[in-house]
Amino acid sequence: MEEKYIKHKYEPIHPSKDEWPVVKLARERKEFVKKVADLSEDRILKLTSNNPDILKEELETTLYREKLRIKQNPWVVDPDDDGSFWSGVKSSLVQISTEAGRNKVKKFQEYKSVLNSITARYAEEIASNFKATHYKFTRSVVTYGFSRLLNAARVKGFKSIFSNQYTLQDKIQITGETDQLRDLATKGTVVMVPTHFSNLDSILIGWVISVLGLPPFIYGAGLNLFNISIFAYFMNSLGAYKVDRRKKNLMYLETLKTYSKEAIQFGCHSLFFPGGTRSRSGMIESKLKLGLLSTAIEAQRANFENGLNDISGKIFIVPVTINYHFVLEAPSLIRDHLSITGQERYYKENDEFSNSYKISKFLIKFFTKGSDISVSVGKAMDVLGNYVDVDGRSLDKHGRVINTRDYFISDGKVSVDNQREEEYTNMLGKRIVEEFHKINRVFNSHLVAFVAFEMIKKQNRKLDLFDLLRLPEEEISIPYEDFKAGCQLVLDKINELKSQGLINTAPHLSLDMDEIIKRGMENVGMYHAKRPIIQDNNGDIGTDDMSLLYFYHNRLTGYGLEKLY
Amino acid sequence: MDSKNSTKPKYIGVIGVGSFGAAIANILAAKSLVMVYARKQEVVDEINASHSAQGKKLSENIIASNDPEQLCKSCDVLFFMVPSSGFQNVVRTFSPFLFPYHLIIHGTKGLCLNLKEGETLETVKKIKRSQILTMSEVILQETVAVRVGCLAGPNLSKELAQGQPAATVIASKYNEVILEGQSLLRSEKFQVYGNSDIIGVEISGVLKNIIAIASGALAGLGLGENAKGLLISRGMVEMIHLGNALGGSIKSVMGLAGIGDLVATCNSVHSRNFSVGFRLAKGESLDAILADMDEVAEGINTVRIIKAFLETADLRAPITENLYRVLFEDLEIEEALQFLMKYPFNVDVDFV
Repeated sequence: MEEKYIKHKYEPIHPSKDEWPVVKLARERKEFVKKVADLSEDRILKLTSNNPDILKEELETTLYREKLRIKQNPWVVDPDDDGSFWSGVKSSLVQISTEAGRNKVKKFQEYKSVLNSITARYAEEIASNFKATHYKFTRSVVTYGFSRLLNAARVKGFKSIFSNQYTLQDKIQITGETDQLRDLATKGTVVMVPTHFSNLDSILIGWVISVLGLPPFIYGAGLNLFNISIFAYFMNSLGAYKVDRRKKNLMYLETLKTYSKEAIQFGCHSLFFPGGTRSRSGMIESKLKLGLLSTAIEAQRANFENGLNDISGKIFIVPVTINYHFVLEAPSLIRDHLSITGQERYYKENDEFSNSYKISKFLIKFFTKGSDISVSVGKAMDVLGNYVDVDGRSLDKHGRVINTRDYFISDGKVSVDNQREEEYTNMLGKRIVEEFHKINRVFNSHLVAFVAFEMIKKQNRKLDLFDLLRLPEEEISIPYEDFKAGCQLVLDKINELKSQGLINTAPHLSLDMDEIIKRGMENVGMYHAKRPIIQDNNGDIGTDDMSLLYFYHNRLTGYGLEKLY
Repeated sequence: MDSKNSTKPKYIGVIGVGSFGAAIANILAAKSLVMVYARKQEVVDEINASHSAQGKKLSENIIASNDPEQLCKSCDVLFFMVPSSGFQNVVRTFSPFLFPYHLIIHGTKGLCLNLKEGETLETVKKIKRSQILTMSEVILQETVAVRVGCLAGPNLSKELAQGQPAATVIASKYNEVILEGQSLLRSEKFQVYGNSDIIGVEISGVLKNIIAIASGALAGLGLGENAKGLLISRGMVEMIHLGNALGGSIKSVMGLAGIGDLVATCNSVHSRNFSVGFRLAKGESLDAILADMDEVAEGINTVRIIKAFLETADLRAPITENLYRVLFEDLEIEEALQFLMKYPFNVDVDFV
C-alpha cells in the first residue's frame, strides 16, 4: 500500500465518564434547562427594549408562525400537545389584551410569564437527552458493526466475520492536528467546526471524536433527522441537541443561541456545522451561518467577564474537513442547488436519507466496496481566528503571544458590545473558511471531476452554466491525452499551492498520472446509477450526468484553478 | 499588562505631526492629554520645549515622544496621521507594541501596494484589487489591532488650525470606534459624523485627490466655473464607479468624505493636490513641482495606482487615464482637455 497513515490508538482523555462535561450537564439537565429558559427570557426582553407593546407584537408573531407551522408542516417528532400549547398561548394573549382594569405593569408581568412559558418549552425541546449508557452502547455498536462488515468484505472466507484485520480506521483516515485537539480538550473548551456534505457527517464525526479518545461533543442536529428512528437513537446518544429549522421566530432563535452559549460556558465541547446545512453545490462552504458561531464568541466574552482568564475558560475553534469520493445525496443536493440558483423549477426536498432501509443499504455498499474517507483536523484557533500554541495561548501573525481578553476590552474593562461581537463573528467565519481551504485534502476523484468539467466548459465557451448542464451527454467527449495533460496541469498547480500551505492532498496523488486518472474515475461518485465520468472504447472521457460532474467538480473551486483554462 | 494601571492618566496618541496631524492633535488636546510621535529627536525636543512643531503651534496639553513602545503603552486610542508612502513602515514600527485592545483611527488619504518581494509598480504594471491596500487594510494586515477606523472629510489643515467650523466622518465597522472618535473630537466647531462603510470612505478620500489635481489644472488654464462644475460632477461619477470597483458603496461617495471633500479640495488653493495641477497647467514640470513641495501630494501616487488597477478592471475612468498621461507621458494638458470634451459621455447619471 502506498498510503501510509499512522493508525493510532488513542487513550480516552477522561477515563471516567463522570468527568465528561456532557455527563455533568445531563445530570443537571433540569436546572440547566430552567437557566436557559430564564436567560433567553432576559435576552428577548432586552431585544424588545422592555417595551410591553413590542413584546406583545413578538408574541403574536411567534404564535401566528407556530400555528401556521403546525397546520402546514407537521412532523412525526412534534410533541402531541403542540396544538393545545399554542392554543393556550393564544387565549392568554387574548385575555391579557381584552380584559379591562389592568394597569400597564400588570400586563407586562403577564406577557412576561407567557414569554417564559414559551422559552421554557423551547429550551426543553432543544435540550439533549444524553445518556452515558446509551452513548457507550451506540459507540460499540457502530464500531463493532462497522468492523464486522469491513472484515467480511475485505478478507474472504467464512471466518472472516470474526477477523479483526481491518478496523474502521483503515476506512476512515484521520489526519492533522489530532494531538493538539486532544490536549486542548483537556484544558479548555473545544468548538469543532466541520464541513458538511452528507447526513452521514454527524455520525462520522461522532465516531471520530470517540476514536480520538475525546468525550462526546454536543451538537445541534436538524430536528428532521429525529424523524427517522434509527437516527434519533444515534443522535440522542451522541449528545445532540435539536435544531428545528422550521422555527425562525425570535424566541426560538434566542433560546437556541442561549442554550449553545450556556453549554459552552458549562465546559461542553461543541460541534457546529457552520454551513448550517449540507453544501448543496458541493463547494466548500464559503458563506457560513454565523448564528451559532456567535455563541462561541459570546461564551468566551462571558468567561472573561466572570474572571475565567486562564486556559480553563478559553474556547478553541477547530476546523475540520471531511473528504469523500462519493456523496450519497449528491444528485438531490445538486438538483436543489441548481433549482435555487436557476430559479426555474419547483424546489422540493427529496432526501435519499428518507428511511432506515436506504441508509442501511448505503452503509453495506460503503463498507463492502472501497470508498475511503479522510477527516482532516485543522489547527486550533481562538475565537478571533488566531492560532494557539501548545499551551493554548493565542499567537498573532508574527508569533507573539497575545491575550484574547484584549479583544473585549474597552476602557480597561471587559465590555459587552453586540455590534462588536457581530463583526468578530464575521471575522471568525472568514478565518474558518480560509482554514477549510488549507486543510482540504484533494482526492484523485476531485481532480478528475474538476478537470473534466473545466475542459467541457472550455469546449463550449459560449454556453452559460445552465445551458452547459443541459448539453446532451452523447455530445461530450474529451480525448484521453488532452485530459491527461489537463490533469497534470491542475495537479502541478495544486502541488504549488500545497507547498505554500494553501491546500492539502491525499498521498495517492503522488502516483503516476495514468493511475491517478484510472482510480479517480473509479472513485468519483462510485455508487451513483449515472456515473459523473465515463470512458468510451477509445479511452476518451465523457459523462453520464453533467450535473453530478458539476457537483464533484465544485469541491476544487475557490482556489483560482479555473484560471488555468 | 501593567499599562492598564488606572492611576496613570491615559493619553490619546497621534502619530505624525504634519499639518493635518498637528491640527488633529490640537483638536484632541482640547479635551484630552495627547502624546504625539515624531521620528526626529529635534522635533520631539521642539514640541516638548516650546509647544510648536516646525512652526505649527501646538497645545500645551501635547507632549511628544519618539518611542513607539511608550506611545502604545500610554495610549489606548491612536491616530495615525502619516503620508501613505511611509504608512506601512510606521505601522510596522508600532506593530510589536500594539495589542487587540488598541483602537486605531487613521487620517491618511492614500493607497499602498501589496506586492510580492522584489515587485514594484513598474515591473507588474497591472494590479488587481487584492494587490491594493487601503490604510485600514494595512493596519489589519500588519498589526493585531482589529478595531480600526478612518477619518475623512473636508478638513483642510489651514482652516482647522484657524479654528473655522468644519465636519469630518469617522468610518469603522465598529460602532465603538465611531463613538470613541466622536467623543474625542467633537466640539462646537467640529462636527463628527459616523459611517460603517470604512472602505467606501477611505476610497472616497483617496479618489478625490485625483479630481483635485485636475481641478487645479483647469484653474491653471484660466478656465471658469462652468468647467469646474463639469469636472466636479463628472469626477464624482468616476469616483462612484471606481469606488464601487474597489469595494466601497455609492452612498459613501455621496457623503462628506466624497462630495464634501471633493468640493472643498477642488476650490482650495491651500490643497497640495490642487497646487500640483495648477502649476502643471502653468507649464512647470512634475519633477520641478515635487522638488519644492515640503509635504506629499497623495494624488500623484494614487493616479499611478489607479491607472494600473484600470488595466485589470473592466472599467473606464477617462479623467484618471488622461491625467496619468499628462503626469507621466508628457501629454499636454490642453490635449487632454480636448480628449475629455470629445469623450462620449452620453448618460448623465447611470449609477442610481
